[in-house]
Amino acid sequence: MSTFPLLTTTAVVPAVGAIATAATPAAKRTAAKWLALLFSLATLVLAAVVLARFDPGGGRYQLTESHSWIADFGVRYELGVDGIGAVLIALTALLVPFVIGAGWHDAEPAEGAQETGRRWRPTQGFFALILAVEAMVVISFAATDVFLFYLFFEAMLIPMYFLIGGFGDRAHAAGEDEGAKQRSYAAVKFLLYNLAGGLLMLAALIGLYVVSADQLGEGTFSLQQLTQARADGELTMATNTERLLFLGFFVAFAIKAPLWPLHTWLPNAMGEATAPVAVLITAVVDKVGTFAMLRFCLGLFPGASEWATPVVLVLALVSILYGALLAVGQRDIKRLIAYASISHFGFIILGVFAMTSQGQGGATLYMVFHGISTAALMLVAGFLISRRGSRLIADYGGVQKVAPVLAGTFLVGGLATLSLPGLAPFVSEFLVLVGTFSRYPAAGIVATAGIILAALYVLLLYQRTMTGPLVKAEVKAIPDLKVRELAVVAPLIALLIVLGVYPKPLTSVVNPAVEHSLSDVQKNDPRPDHPVAEHGGASTDKTDHRGGEHE
Amino acid sequence: MSPINYVYLAALLFTIGAAGVLIRRNAIVVFMCIELMLNASNLALVAFSRMHGNLDGQIMAFFVMVVAAAEVVVGLAIIVMLYRARHSASVDDASLMKL
Amino acid sequence: MESLIGLLVGAPLLGAAVLLVGGRRLDRVGHWLASALAAVSFVLGAVLFAELLGRSTDDRTLHSHLFSWVPVEGFQADVAFQLDQLSMVFVLLITGVGTLIHLYSIGYMEHDERRRRFFGYLNLFLAAMLLLVLADNYLLLYVGWEGVGLASYLLIGFWQHKPTAAAAAKKAFLVNRVGDAGLAIAIFLMFTTFGSFAIAPVAEAAGEAGQGTLTAIGLMLLLAACGKSAQVPLQSWLGDAMEGPTPVSALIHAATMVTAGVYLITRSGALFNAAPDAQTVVVVVGAVTLLFGALVGCAKDDIKKALAGSTMSQIGYMILAAGLGPIGYAFAIMHLVTHGFFKAGLFLGAGSVMHGMNDEVDMRRYGGLRKYMPVTFVTFGLGYLAIIGFPYLSGFFSKDQIIEAAFAKGGTQGWILGAVTLLGAAITAYYMTRVMLMTFFGEKRWKPDAEGNMPHPHESPKTMTIPMVVLAFGSVFAGGLFKLNDSFVHWLEPVVSLEHGHSPVSAGTVTAATIVALVLGVGAAWLQYGRRPVPAEAPRGSLLTRAARRDLLQDDFNHVVLVRGGEHLTRSLVYLDGKVVDGAVNGVAAGFGGLSGRLRRLQNGFARSYAVSMFGGAAVLVAATLLMRAV
Repeated sequence: MSTFPLLTTTAVVPAVGAIATAATPAAKRTAAKWLALLFSLATLVLAAVVLARFDPGGGRYQLTESHSWIADFGVRYELGVDGIGAVLIALTALLVPFVIGAGWHDAEPAEGAQETGRRWRPTQGFFALILAVEAMVVISFAATDVFLFYLFFEAMLIPMYFLIGGFGDRAHAAGEDEGAKQRSYAAVKFLLYNLAGGLLMLAALIGLYVVSADQLGEGTFSLQQLTQARADGELTMATNTERLLFLGFFVAFAIKAPLWPLHTWLPNAMGEATAPVAVLITAVVDKVGTFAMLRFCLGLFPGASEWATPVVLVLALVSILYGALLAVGQRDIKRLIAYASISHFGFIILGVFAMTSQGQGGATLYMVFHGISTAALMLVAGFLISRRGSRLIADYGGVQKVAPVLAGTFLVGGLATLSLPGLAPFVSEFLVLVGTFSRYPAAGIVATAGIILAALYVLLLYQRTMTGPLVKAEVKAIPDLKVRELAVVAPLIALLIVLGVYPKPLTSVVNPAVEHSLSDVQKNDPRPDHPVAEHGGASTDKTDHRGGEHE
Repeated sequence: MSPINYVYLAALLFTIGAAGVLIRRNAIVVFMCIELMLNASNLALVAFSRMHGNLDGQIMAFFVMVVAAAEVVVGLAIIVMLYRARHSASVDDASLMKL
Repeated sequence: MESLIGLLVGAPLLGAAVLLVGGRRLDRVGHWLASALAAVSFVLGAVLFAELLGRSTDDRTLHSHLFSWVPVEGFQADVAFQLDQLSMVFVLLITGVGTLIHLYSIGYMEHDERRRRFFGYLNLFLAAMLLLVLADNYLLLYVGWEGVGLASYLLIGFWQHKPTAAAAAKKAFLVNRVGDAGLAIAIFLMFTTFGSFAIAPVAEAAGEAGQGTLTAIGLMLLLAACGKSAQVPLQSWLGDAMEGPTPVSALIHAATMVTAGVYLITRSGALFNAAPDAQTVVVVVGAVTLLFGALVGCAKDDIKKALAGSTMSQIGYMILAAGLGPIGYAFAIMHLVTHGFFKAGLFLGAGSVMHGMNDEVDMRRYGGLRKYMPVTFVTFGLGYLAIIGFPYLSGFFSKDQIIEAAFAKGGTQGWILGAVTLLGAAITAYYMTRVMLMTFFGEKRWKPDAEGNMPHPHESPKTMTIPMVVLAFGSVFAGGLFKLNDSFVHWLEPVVSLEHGHSPVSAGTVTAATIVALVLGVGAAWLQYGRRPVPAEAPRGSLLTRAARRDLLQDDFNHVVLVRGGEHLTRSLVYLDGKVVDGAVNGVAAGFGGLSGRLRRLQNGFARSYAVSMFGGAAVLVAATLLMRAV
């Protein structure tokens, strides 16, 4: 293992990019954009290297870095990725260039701002903030020190706050002033919600430190040390302590994820933010929440996780159905996608807490695939909204007649959202459902109803916006996708198809990590009642059999 | 004479000062009352110093004097500026520092 | 040889990809490319058929393992194909009829500016359908299952600018999704029970599982079949699906996709054989749908919807036969194939009629067309004779077998089922005769269309008539060919566990009864529509007729209960989310805001009031300290 700090570099490159972009002079807006894109692409290359260097057969955490940081409190700068972290870093690095490309014209300074001599540089700020978020998310996915994770988990809120509150759709249905008001409401709501969660986590974090200092003699935040000590029996927590600490962490992550009933910030934030920022929220930042449930809640508090499972499963099921039903009832395209995301986060959390290898593997894949599919759908929706200047579904109708490519890509994004087989999200959703069903059949069946509702909200949205007669004059003037926009959407769609047909590269990375995660909670997959292997139909026999017939 | 009487005097002076701060409106008078309270505490410090037979209290009294001098400089400047701006030295007129 | 299976699926898939991504520059050649690739699939299918024929009876299964699809601990899903006798029948039917309909569509869609896309979707459908019948595990089958659903969605809604078409497409997809959920749950159950969902191992282990589990799996598979094959209670989408272009109705909603449910049940025969309760439900569903579809078919004036009712009813026959178990599987498949020929032919004929009549679909505005469209008349007529079971045509053999098998079920059940199938045969004869008479015989009742153009019926171009002629040949001869030496049944025997039922009535009696039913049906229709002129406006009709026109009120039920109920539910949830869930959050925020507003009053800006609180605080502290010391 080389000593080159690959993970740190992956996080530092976008951070440097953020500073460089922010420092570009006001007049050089285009240069700033290209600079940001360049840095995000460099990060993508690094993330690809991380994924390539990750050896599925190797140890649990790889590419580790460890430095003493705040020695007095046992805080260390510890990075390392397991398969789950590696694919999520790859997802983050993958999506940010698309976010930048899609937001190319989203942050132009207002007309006449230059003349009045204001030194406001929105374009530079926008792209710098995006890169800053990327850097923090990468660190969060890589941190194996709980304190380090917490720091960036919270710090992320600052650039996100400015991205949501500072940049919105130029045309707002309720007028410009009202739009600005709603935007700042959404941003403040996002910030307060998440800060409240962060506060609980901070309390739990201090509690964890006290417990570890008490029992290990020396307080530590290192995930590896803590899990090791738990496994060796050196660290034991009183049942109630463990449960309280678990709740502190879990609520913070459930807000971020978001889980019903802590979800109401998401529709506001995603509705008011520009489409690329909405993608950043739901596809990247929120994934930190579900990721952290898998890594920290289950890893640090296995007993409490098991205790909480029934409640969490119920909440996840409520999220699935509730999110889907509310998506059906939305009049606003972006809010609809936000509620759809809530439904999908329900699936992810269901998979995590089903505690089966299919469930957790599926949940991890779900995080990645949901990121890509929502990005595709949301970005196309953003292109559509920017053309017409309205987020209301009722303002559209018959778009496919004037913009068939836009409609086509929108449909593919929608079909991915409803998990059509052949597209990537199907693989993950099916795994989550199978994994849930094998341990909790009733929960599996209820969740399956979610796929029917998913079809309903996606097809209703498509029907109302894209099909029907072309009557509205504003819709008639909608142009089809431009080259830049197609360049943003086409690779995402291609990825959805490729990963839907051949997800093996990801599953092979994720599988070992899931095994470790399950061994943390000491759970085994339920055995089938009448395994076919016992009847001479074992999979190995079968392949031999086939091999014979190939001749 | 027992040093305890000085402490009583200090307490009396402090009470007069405190009452003046609470009752009077004129900023200069309030300010003088604050000085009175400071000096009352100085007197108490010196008296305690004498009672306990060490110098800590006296040293402390010097500190208080320095602080009082600095306070006079800043406080009088503020009062003068306030008077110039509002043509009044009433503390109740300067009630803008609120939410 | 095995690698050809992949190509078989790959060819139309490639066509779909090229046509849908390729853009406008392919507009001029797209339809030929798509048809050529469909033909390639058919040729490959024929080659594989020849290969299978050359093998011995028990060695007629080919496997082709392409790659491991979703490998997760304990969960193996592969992209692997299995071609056996049953799949082979479907492959030939799908690619054969598919190619003909591609050819037909070249003429039918000639004036549509989005013709390239239409052919792309058709190719996509072929690929998905082939995947469905060739998959060697249920998960891959599920991919094909939803894939054909997608193609069906895209094709029903092909004329998206029509709101009715867009709504019909959505409805079809949604109803099918309900069925898909059933299939998904069946797969979960197989996985938890057998640890596998590959078709062959599950079939082998089927007997080991508990009765309850097997029944559950069977019912879930039946739910899936109901969705795809438009069986009661998930039948409501099929009538609306006629909004799609007619070749689509012929290929997808008559000949191939809607029969996928029959395939699924036959394919899972081992599971159903071990779950007699589930089989009973299958039979009931088939019998109910058989009558339901037939009744609906009698009342519809829209030629395509009448045929759709008929399709539903005929698939009811097949599902019923498949539910009978080993005595019925082979006959279900046989009827499926013959039905594929004559129903596709009938739909193509209907399309040809519409083509000549300015896209008019109301049969009350047809009449007397036999002179103007002779080829259509003859081919449609042969299809008609086949479907009503005219002796020695295709439908006669296949339907007769099912009726016989129904009696052979034995006991009271057998008698009831036999009676139902006979009644169905009579109604079939009635409604098909009605369609025939209203369209081709009687007075001209033509009306100008919405733009005021009077129709000028004419025979359709060659690309359209040739497929109709070919299918008419199939309608006439396929049944006889299959029946010859029972070759079809023997071909399928190794895969579908054939048993010969013992009917309480002799075969001759059944045939005689069928012919009587046929004559009664035709006669009744002739009395009503042949002897008297057909009114150009539909009479009010009896209560039953009016109900049947509205799909026996099933749609109204759905509308009131599901659509309205759903709307109310979502609306109240939206309200709830805003007022209660978000309200609680905002309430907490407002509570803190109010509290801070109160507390703010204390900061009144008067220096002396701050001084009071300071002195007060100091006094309290001193008092507290003294008190503590005293204690």
